[in-house]
Amino acid sequence: MLLFDRLLVQHHRNRAAQNFEKHDFLIHHIAQEMAERLSAIDRVFPKGLDLGSHQGALVAHPLLKDKVETFFQCDLSPKMVAKAHGPRFAADEERLPVAEESLNLVTSVLSLHWTNDLPGALIQINRSLKPDGLFLGAVLGGATLHELRTSLSEAEVELEGGLSPRVSPMVDLRDAGSLLQRAGFGLPVTDSEPLTVRYKSPFHLMQELRGMGETNAVLDRRKTPLRRKTLLRAVEIYQEKYGLEDGRIPATFEVIYLTGWAPHESQQKPLAPGSARTRLADALKVPEQSAGEKTSQ
Amino acid sequence: MTTSQHDTEATKENPAHIEVDPKLLEILVCPVSKTTLSYDKDAQELVSEKARLAYPIRDGIPIMLPEEARNLDAG
Repeated sequence: MLLFDRLLVQHHRNRAAQNFEKHDFLIHHIAQEMAERLSAIDRVFPKGLDLGSHQGALVAHPLLKDKVETFFQCDLSPKMVAKAHGPRFAADEERLPVAEESLNLVTSVLSLHWTNDLPGALIQINRSLKPDGLFLGAVLGGATLHELRTSLSEAEVELEGGLSPRVSPMVDLRDAGSLLQRAGFGLPVTDSEPLTVRYKSPFHLMQELRGMGETNAVLDRRKTPLRRKTLLRAVEIYQEKYGLEDGRIPATFEVIYLTGWAPHESQQKPLAPGSARTRLADALKVPEQSAGEKTSQ
Repeated sequence: MTTSQHDTEATKENPAHIEVDPKLLEILVCPVSKTTLSYDKDAQELVSEKARLAYPIRDGIPIMLPEEARNLDAG
């Protein structure tokens, strides 16, 4: 089933490319966090690729200067990637044009939540990695923009008597780990960071989303734009329900970080059952207790 | 002689001749068939014989999108 209109995602990014630097605070925040995580890993990555690199916030991060020797970048939007620097190409994360086992590191800042087939994209990432290569990605999780979603839904029900998906569905933290595992990654780790950003008004928030290229690209979204009356009512509801004392409004972004390693024999694995050489009872210094009566007795 | 001089000048001015990074050519494959690509320097294209597609290189940036590629069989 196709969920997102990839051409529309591309269009949103092409449109955002022009003034992206005015709206890229979230990308920079996440790039900073990811750069810190990468710099804590005690190795140098000869070849890395940043997927959906926007304009290269992560690749150009000073912490990673000697960490990744050649850091390639790609983005779905040719206009976005044209504004970056260094070795780069335009590509669709759903059809990764990278040779098998050619990379030591793949990163992705806020890009994979727009793929129709996230498990498929993760499998392709895994294949592009050499054994023991690292994948580190950030996607937006389910709690993202819940205030906006609620306000739009309520206004639509109230004035139009129906609902349509105005905000894209997102990854659930509980599913993220098993997604990594299903894609064949070893030692998968997921964690989430809730961020609250304050805006002057819901209009400013929507403007920001547009500037980031993060507007709705759901395939079965209503083709007619939001009616002005409904939009104004949603803004009212947003302010009534969530408005802060200083007149500003909060917007939640839930960032989910995904970490996984391409399998390698050096990685820790569970031992075969029955292969233990020491008794647990000895390690705990307690008398061994029978787990129950054996059937033969 | 004059023609060849003209050619050199045209090459210098044409932004399409910003060289593609050779390191990119080592890792890129066709997104459709996942097979190796051949680099057509004059046409500034990466050619996938298997998928019969030629991906354009614009200002040194390979555009690896099948929608933007030229169909080799379409003449």
